[in-house]
Amino acid sequence: MNRREFLKTTALGSMAAGLISIPYIAKGAGQKVIVIGGGAGGTIAAKYLKKMDNSLDVTLIERNADYFTCFMSNEVIGGDRKIESIKFNYERLKKHGINVIIGEVTGGDLNAKTIKVGDKSLNYDKLVVSPGVDMKWGAVEGYDEAASEKMPHAWKAGPQTALLRKQLEAMPDGGVVLITAPANPFRCPPGPYERASLVAQYLKHHKPKSKVIVLDAKDDFAKKGLFEQAWKELYGYGTDKSLIEWRSAANQGKVSRVDAAKNAVYAGEMGDEIVGAVVNVIPPQSAGKIATALGLTNDAGWCPVNRKTFESSQAKDVHVIGDACMADAMPKAAYAANSQAKVCAAAIVAALQGKEMVAPAYVNTCYSIVGHDYGISVAAVYNYKADDNSIAPVQGAGGVSAKDASAEDRKREMLYGLSWFNNITEDMFG
Amino acid sequence: MKHLRTSALAMACCGLLFNAPSAFASKDDDKDDDKKKKKTATAAKPVSPRGLMLANTCVGCHGQGGSSLGPATPTISGMAIDTFTDAMKAYREGKRPSTVMGRLAKGYTDEDIAEMANYFVTQKFVRVAQKTDPAKVKAGKKLHKDNCEKCHEEGGFKDEDGSSILAGQWLPYLQFQMADFNAKKREMPEKMAKRLNAMIKDNGDKSLEEVAHFYASQQDKKAK
Repeated sequence: MNRREFLKTTALGSMAAGLISIPYIAKGAGQKVIVIGGGAGGTIAAKYLKKMDNSLDVTLIERNADYFTCFMSNEVIGGDRKIESIKFNYERLKKHGINVIIGEVTGGDLNAKTIKVGDKSLNYDKLVVSPGVDMKWGAVEGYDEAASEKMPHAWKAGPQTALLRKQLEAMPDGGVVLITAPANPFRCPPGPYERASLVAQYLKHHKPKSKVIVLDAKDDFAKKGLFEQAWKELYGYGTDKSLIEWRSAANQGKVSRVDAAKNAVYAGEMGDEIVGAVVNVIPPQSAGKIATALGLTNDAGWCPVNRKTFESSQAKDVHVIGDACMADAMPKAAYAANSQAKVCAAAIVAALQGKEMVAPAYVNTCYSIVGHDYGISVAAVYNYKADDNSIAPVQGAGGVSAKDASAEDRKREMLYGLSWFNNITEDMFG
Repeated sequence: MKHLRTSALAMACCGLLFNAPSAFASKDDDKDDDKKKKKTATAAKPVSPRGLMLANTCVGCHGQGGSSLGPATPTISGMAIDTFTDAMKAYREGKRPSTVMGRLAKGYTDEDIAEMANYFVTQKFVRVAQKTDPAKVKAGKKLHKDNCEKCHEEGGFKDEDGSSILAGQWLPYLQFQMADFNAKKREMPEKMAKRLNAMIKDNGDKSLEEVAHFYASQQDKKAK
């Protein structure tokens, strides 16, 4: 053994000793945690619970054997990516000792601490609910599940994504693509505008006589300045040849009704009829319906939680993370769900071990790809504020990409966006 | 690759501190007679729960244990504490160009940064094979020997005195850094500036690309 090896060995010894003293065996061992939902929040909660305390009995329940990420699904819709590249499964998570059940949770008795999966009843010590969102059928008149087979929302990735792509491919040149965007809050705030960008990119190269019209229930949207700048640079935004037109709520953009049989939407105060060759309706959303079935949602359809632990304000020992929960400044976004899941896992492990939880740390990073070699981002670091149980961004940090960044920086952001995808999906499924 | 990822995870899982060579560098190892270079590297401590909490916010982008799957976001595992700390502070103070990192770094205190640094130094740098140009790698190898090796020791596998681990780092990231150094957007030590300028003068701008390819191609220290 040389000097370096000696130093390493002793250092390792002392460090390991420090760590092994964590007394999880005393309290956490064998306790059951069930995680409902295998998306950006649920996979991470399950995996990090095991990482933080391997003695826990962790079960992840997910409806679908295959998971398609919403992130990068706009690239599939724009034709730059195959849908197989956003398809993942839960096999590798099993190697961490997580029990994976592919099945649907139909209900539960939170007082008895049980949930129902098919005809089975499972009991838990702690429950994590990460159901994502469900569409509020009927919130836009005429838009129900059947209508979504004609006018896809594609706001959950998978068959809906493939359907919208297929419709764009089949559309004749000269067609109008309508995208309707909902009021806040909803999943992936920059998503409709990233989608408009990547559809415009497809049209530019394949159907240049066509255009995208975004009909919005809002007068502002995430990364608006950056999107509009990109649209000017890439898609002629603001000219009569523009491939993208954005109609705000104030400019007759709010859609109140759709007619799937006519492929029409009705927008503005007078309910003007607009017929699209392809119509993508992104409807208002609420927490995934299992959250409502379990009594975890409020009147608005979202789940109030303790912002430090993500324990439901409406049920003890039940935690809600991701798009379904109310997390103040944190958007309904994959990285936010990832970050919340890790904080939640730490809270659960601390509680089961009878320890005080460490101060939480939250981050969100979100990239939008608006064209070839053109990415933009938003980022934030948040702290927990105990005085009003809120998650607040650290002042002076975070924000969006620089307004007049160089082409080189936009290209770098696109590559960092691709890296974000590779690393977050490995975090989830690896 | 799956095995590599799994073992990296296992380590992250246990929080055991296997890979902290730079943290234990001693003066005896340092044959460079440049007095200024000699300073005691900050030593790693056991990872605290708060350190793990903070590091968990990084790895969604930077990869498991800080080892990125690329194509551009750099691997930060195995980075010496002082290198990590200096980088984060430079980002925070706007002294180092970035896209998103500067915005994020402003959210952290010195104590936070110290906790993060202490986590990543303990993590193994897991390399993923990437496509490089063999001709550029060959030319880069010579340029490395002639210009860089004195500080980027052991083929860029070692992070000492802020050199960072370059071997097996993602190529686009290395290219961005070389471009930023060359454009004087990122500060570099005086000694490096001299060497870099001399290298470019003798070999042209293409030499920046060649050394980037060389470092990116370095996957296995033993195979060197």
